[in-house]
Amino acid sequence: MIEFENVTKVYPDGTKAIEEVSFTVEEGTTTVLVGPSGCGKTTSMKLVNRLEEPTEGTVYVDGVDNMAQDRIDLRRNIGYVIQEIGLFDHMTVGENIATVPELREWEQSRIDERVDELLELMDLPGNYRDQYPRELSGGQQQRIGVARALAADPDILLMDEPFGALDPITRDNLQDEFLEIQDRINTTILFVTHSIDEALKMGDQIAIFDVGEIVQYDTPTEILQNPKNEFVENFIGDNRTFKQLAITTVEEVMEPREERPPGDGDVISAATDGGDDYAIPADASLQVALTKLLGSEDPTLPVVRDGRVVGTVSERHVRSYFGPTEES
Amino acid sequence: MGLIHFVLGLTVGSAYVEFIRENFTQLIARLAEHILITAQTVLIAVPIAVSLGILITYNDQAATAVLWLAGIAMTIPSLAAFGLLVPFLGIGSAPVIFTLVLYSQLPVIRNTYVGLTGVEEATKNAGRGLGMTRRQRLQRLQIPMALPIILAGVRNAVVIVVGVTAVGAYIGAGGLGEFIFEGIRQGDTVMIVVATVVVSVLALVVDYGIATVEQLLRLRNGEQIEQRVSTQVIRRAVQ
Repeated sequence: MIEFENVTKVYPDGTKAIEEVSFTVEEGTTTVLVGPSGCGKTTSMKLVNRLEEPTEGTVYVDGVDNMAQDRIDLRRNIGYVIQEIGLFDHMTVGENIATVPELREWEQSRIDERVDELLELMDLPGNYRDQYPRELSGGQQQRIGVARALAADPDILLMDEPFGALDPITRDNLQDEFLEIQDRINTTILFVTHSIDEALKMGDQIAIFDVGEIVQYDTPTEILQNPKNEFVENFIGDNRTFKQLAITTVEEVMEPREERPPGDGDVISAATDGGDDYAIPADASLQVALTKLLGSEDPTLPVVRDGRVVGTVSERHVRSYFGPTEES
Repeated sequence: MGLIHFVLGLTVGSAYVEFIRENFTQLIARLAEHILITAQTVLIAVPIAVSLGILITYNDQAATAVLWLAGIAMTIPSLAAFGLLVPFLGIGSAPVIFTLVLYSQLPVIRNTYVGLTGVEEATKNAGRGLGMTRRQRLQRLQIPMALPIILAGVRNAVVIVVGVTAVGAYIGAGGLGEFIFEGIRQGDTVMIVVATVVVSVLALVVDYGIATVEQLLRLRNGEQIEQRVSTQVIRRAVQ
């Protein structure tokens, strides 16, 4: 857990980076700090592992004031990923990933095991171990950057625009992969980006920064539905509804099918009759669902999970989710 | 005309061959002295210069001052330095090695400093963020990355040292310079030319050898470079 309590940071030259910032990142969740450049989001992140130190206020890491913790130990207990990737070019991929376990003086056999585990987690072939970072593409390099940050199994992970330097397609892939990894690890994540789309996609909670302060701290849905002021509205852009379609799953709007006893043949055949293209997965976004509905002869399509029909969805469901105000 | 040139060339050539044959043992002995002085200088100079190069990364003002002083040291004429040192260190190799150590400082200090400070900011930041102390960043990141650059400085210094060692014979340090001064005294061109060529070849060989080690280090650091023949041979032999 990370807790900011009335934190102010003033640089020696008098620049006020952030003022009286307070927020909490609950254990195992992802909070995205988003805002224009120079808004203080990166400074806020650096306050967590003490790459910067607060002028006033307190940052609590796992309930303890981080200024009372040893700076080096603190950093070794927190994963850190940066936009420039910053891999150590003179070390092999394996040595890069092993950085923090080495610093913590783990036994060699444990380090080797962990490196294998992480290569697998990041979906990288095992022979990458002995290659040098420069031989790899940007996307692969950042996968290793993430693996290196996760190596000592930290409770907290800081990610400073981790996918910002990658091309759009690679970025999208890495975001999806990371969302899957996120489900498998119980890590508290603080993620910095300047892209609202990335924030909406990656965050459980989003903190929108304007110069030096948090304007709104809410869930993605809440921010899209109830932007607090004009700044937030402008920051989101004028295609709010469209963005909401991207982050809402079919499951949230569908009409659930009545529970039937398990093993009912009818249920299973309904899912398979129309083929895979016909049904919509429950965890698909409304953007996917609408695309399918528009291209289908049927006004209503089944929603499936693990091959079982769990409900139905039609355009009407999607519309009603957004309420009458969005219908005009 | 062609014939005259050919015969002249042959006679001149045979004079060199004859000189080498007659003085072979002596030549080898002088070459050994030359190499010994160079080696002693490098063993003393490099640790000092590398330490200084590391120390000045902590303070910009100190860096400017030290690099300036090392630059000044290089401008002192070698004969003047020998002359000034003989009263304290006597004649022989001691004052020569002292002077050569001074001469070696600039290239090695400068390359160490540039190599260490030239490591990418992102690399250093990543190291800091992952919990490396300043010392660990130096040991694990900066020094290994700077090593080929430091070695290039050493290479530079060694070539200077091999050349200037020849002058050291003037104050009785021995080495191939003995032949050169003797040749001057006797007006023996052959003697001067042979000794000079051997000095040059020694410098070239050392230069090539260190350059090869430098390439091997760059490859070890994962850099992609065009490899010298020697580098390729060594890599093939090792694999």
